[in-house]
Amino acid sequence: MTDATKYLSHLELGEPDQTFLDSNELIINMGPQHPATHGVLRVILKLDGEKVLGTECVIGYLHRGVEKIAEHRTYTMFNPYVDRMDYVAAVSNGLGYCEAVEKLMNVEAPPRANYIRVILTELNRLASHMLWLGTHALDIGAMTPLFYTFRDREEILKIFEKYCGARLTTHAFRIGGCQYETYEGFERDVKNFLAFVPPKIDEYEELLTTNRIWLERTRGVGVISGKDCIALGVTGPVLRASGVKWDLRKAKPYAAYSDFDFEVPTGQNGDTYDRYLVRMREMRQSLRIIEQAVGKIPEGPIMAKIPKVLKPPVGEIYHSIEAPKGELGYFVVSDGSTQPYRVRVRPPSFVNLQALDVMVRGALIADVIAVIGTLDIVLGEVDR
Amino acid sequence: MVTRLKQQYGSGIREASTYLGQAYMVVESSIIYELLQVLRDQEEFDYCVDVTALHYPQREKQFDVIWILYSFPRNERIRVKTMIADGESLPSSTAIWGTANWLEREVFDMFGIKFDGHPDLKRILLPDGWKGHPLRKDYGIIQQDNEWVQINLGIESGQ
Amino acid sequence: MLDYIQGYLSSNVTPGQAGNVFWATVYILIVFGAISVAVMAMNWLERKALAHFQIRLGPMRVGPHGLLQPIADAIKLLTKEDIIPSGADKFVFWIAPLIILCAAFTVYIVVPFGPTHAITDLNIGILFMLGVASLSVLGVVMAGWASNSHYPLIGALRSSAQMVSYEVAMGMAVVSAILMTSLHGLGMYGVAANSTGTGTLSMIDIVKAQQEQHVWFFFKFFPLGLVAFGIFAIAMVAETNRAPFDLPEAESELTAGFHTEYSGLRWSLFMLGEYAAMIAVSSIAVTLWLGGWMRPFPHTLGGETWDLVFSLFPGLTFIGLAAIAFIGVVRMPKHPYFKIQTAGLAGFGVALGLIGLILFVPPVRDRIQDIYWFAAKVAVFMYLYIWYRATWPRYRFDQLMKVGWKVLLPIAIGVLILTAIMGVLL
Repeated sequence: MTDATKYLSHLELGEPDQTFLDSNELIINMGPQHPATHGVLRVILKLDGEKVLGTECVIGYLHRGVEKIAEHRTYTMFNPYVDRMDYVAAVSNGLGYCEAVEKLMNVEAPPRANYIRVILTELNRLASHMLWLGTHALDIGAMTPLFYTFRDREEILKIFEKYCGARLTTHAFRIGGCQYETYEGFERDVKNFLAFVPPKIDEYEELLTTNRIWLERTRGVGVISGKDCIALGVTGPVLRASGVKWDLRKAKPYAAYSDFDFEVPTGQNGDTYDRYLVRMREMRQSLRIIEQAVGKIPEGPIMAKIPKVLKPPVGEIYHSIEAPKGELGYFVVSDGSTQPYRVRVRPPSFVNLQALDVMVRGALIADVIAVIGTLDIVLGEVDR
Repeated sequence: MVTRLKQQYGSGIREASTYLGQAYMVVESSIIYELLQVLRDQEEFDYCVDVTALHYPQREKQFDVIWILYSFPRNERIRVKTMIADGESLPSSTAIWGTANWLEREVFDMFGIKFDGHPDLKRILLPDGWKGHPLRKDYGIIQQDNEWVQINLGIESGQ
Repeated sequence: MLDYIQGYLSSNVTPGQAGNVFWATVYILIVFGAISVAVMAMNWLERKALAHFQIRLGPMRVGPHGLLQPIADAIKLLTKEDIIPSGADKFVFWIAPLIILCAAFTVYIVVPFGPTHAITDLNIGILFMLGVASLSVLGVVMAGWASNSHYPLIGALRSSAQMVSYEVAMGMAVVSAILMTSLHGLGMYGVAANSTGTGTLSMIDIVKAQQEQHVWFFFKFFPLGLVAFGIFAIAMVAETNRAPFDLPEAESELTAGFHTEYSGLRWSLFMLGEYAAMIAVSSIAVTLWLGGWMRPFPHTLGGETWDLVFSLFPGLTFIGLAAIAFIGVVRMPKHPYFKIQTAGLAGFGVALGLIGLILFVPPVRDRIQDIYWFAAKVAVFMYLYIWYRATWPRYRFDQLMKVGWKVLLPIAIGVLILTAIMGVLL
């Protein structure tokens, strides 16, 4: 048993002491309506003064039964639903689902579709990281980066809108490839974006990376070791910041990722600052991938040959991709009919959120906020 | 690996194969805890990706419980599947992987499968007093716990 | 009547000292009104400036460029339902915002807007100011306690710890400035003959000491005055609970800190108190280090010509504002929908222009420039407050304490000792 697991026993949260001023412990309810819990997360904090003795997360306020819905929809009909889970990275969700079903049906998306998928997914990763940066900085008290990141995220959403008509829940991909051919000027737009964004990322870094207060607030806060990360199943930038160089795009390449040259940034300390740096560097790596991809989108069809009515053979498949938050997996079981027998989503936010308790024990209230921000959770995905 | 495990557990491992390039094994529920422990300690499956379940109401052993494991050193994934009947319980794998805590809670919440030795087995996504387990096949898609809704939300129906 | 007013205005004492109740009342009303207007203006300016820092527009709808937004907000807050939590201690809950408000406004009694433009001049003026200003911590604690809720309680505890801690460093910095009033010494730009100050705590005399020593204390014993000023400038941000030290009302942690449970009018009293306190501490900084009402370069650019040039500044500022307003009028979209807005802005511009013209009239000009320079210096601080807020993340509680006790306080004591040594040696 690793160190991390021993923390996971249930917090004994009885009724708060009526004479709580005499006792040292204070139980305080953060959320579900709270400015910094990124939606409807509710964290029960057990405090000694400002010090956190323990936390318990109460989730499910946004539960919509996505997995149940899947069993009552056809494969194609369920596709848009996955966008509603991690709504800031809808394209990644769609990619994971489409690839899982494609694998189950044993078809492969044509190369052109894969390239388009990679470009859009990486753009979405940038958008997701930008949103994370803005809200994370806002949680720590820096208001301004939020507006800068939203300004630049807008450019990405514009490309999405031009490509498929939607900005947030894009439903950009279809099982078997892509529905839409790239629009006229897609490559030009993406190239313009590639030129536009690096100075903006420099701007964010100028505001934060060497800012004294930012350093004090993030260094040594919410430390989690690589070992604990693995024991708790934490993936994505959080895992990488703890020194584990693992990225599904490299470990088990999907779509067209094996064609591109990019690095997997890692940190050493596993603290909030390292996670910040890892994500910032990831943004630049995403730009590198897009740059390589947009230059050589192959010609050809964008849709594989698939039947009109999808009836995958009986069987089950687990397919996962590197979503901006971590490993996003789909476990799809088919009974040979037009509707999936079961679709299980392995949500990265859900699993990562579990590490919150380990990361904040002994820290201060302000650190809880910083750690919730740095875990980069989306409650739509946690609750599904 | 499979042969080694088969030697050790004999008929406990009912099936070990691959489908579409993904390895999986079906094992008896009696050896599941031991097997998972071995998989982590000896076969280096140090990362529990997911714990989930499937419901087959026609079968005698209604539930498939599935562990999806990944090994960082080997870069391999494996699915371990076991079958249990309704009302039976499984040993909790929380002590092996911390991840399993919430994942098992979700399985309990959605399917009503109990895990012995789980430190805090209660509902996670649905409210605590909720009746029924939504991902069972006999739970209708618009079904809900009307009583809970009426008491706690003060409305006739959540529909 | 006019003679009376003129006669009064040319006298050399403040109404408080003269024991003139009528004029004291008039001054109090003027100061109260002016500060309230300044708070509203500051509110608008903060939202506008912050918005422009953050590539937004800020308020744009109520009046041209949202100029009437503070009024709209005030009406909204006054008419809003006033909620008192059922578990609250009603009396304490009710009185807490009043204490903060009173503390914030009482300090203005001794703020010297000019040599005679103060309500009164206490011989312990600066002590009085610090003392009364620190009373606001009581209001904060009472608000947090009476709300009977966890977030306000934590906010109030944070606030009391923070305000008490930073008052220590702040006090030390103030003492070193007061010490300078009684010391000779080399100014940055020379020393006048016979520049012996007499030690004083009176706000007016502190400025006069700077006048006589021909140096702003900001520059005196360079860099000692500068460091002391720096400490004060940091401590006063913490004292007023503003970013980056806004932990008591840290939005992302404690929802709104000690005033979480307040709404409507009571909440607006907190805001009024906060902004009034910001202006008050800025006035202390201006008085102690930046020469109070003195115009820039009073000695290097002395002489009648320069006096005249500098006395034109108030009028020019208002004419400049009027010009900006008229540019706005010209650039306003030519659409019937904007008719009222255009007319309003034009009227506003005309009013500003007229004020500007009045300020050019010699007697007014001479009397107003002290207040003008004082206000201008305070305005710089107000802008800095906004700038801090736009730039910095928030400190954590333990770090805040560390900065207060382990960094600012030792430096402040060091500066105090060095100031004393310098004063004796030079």
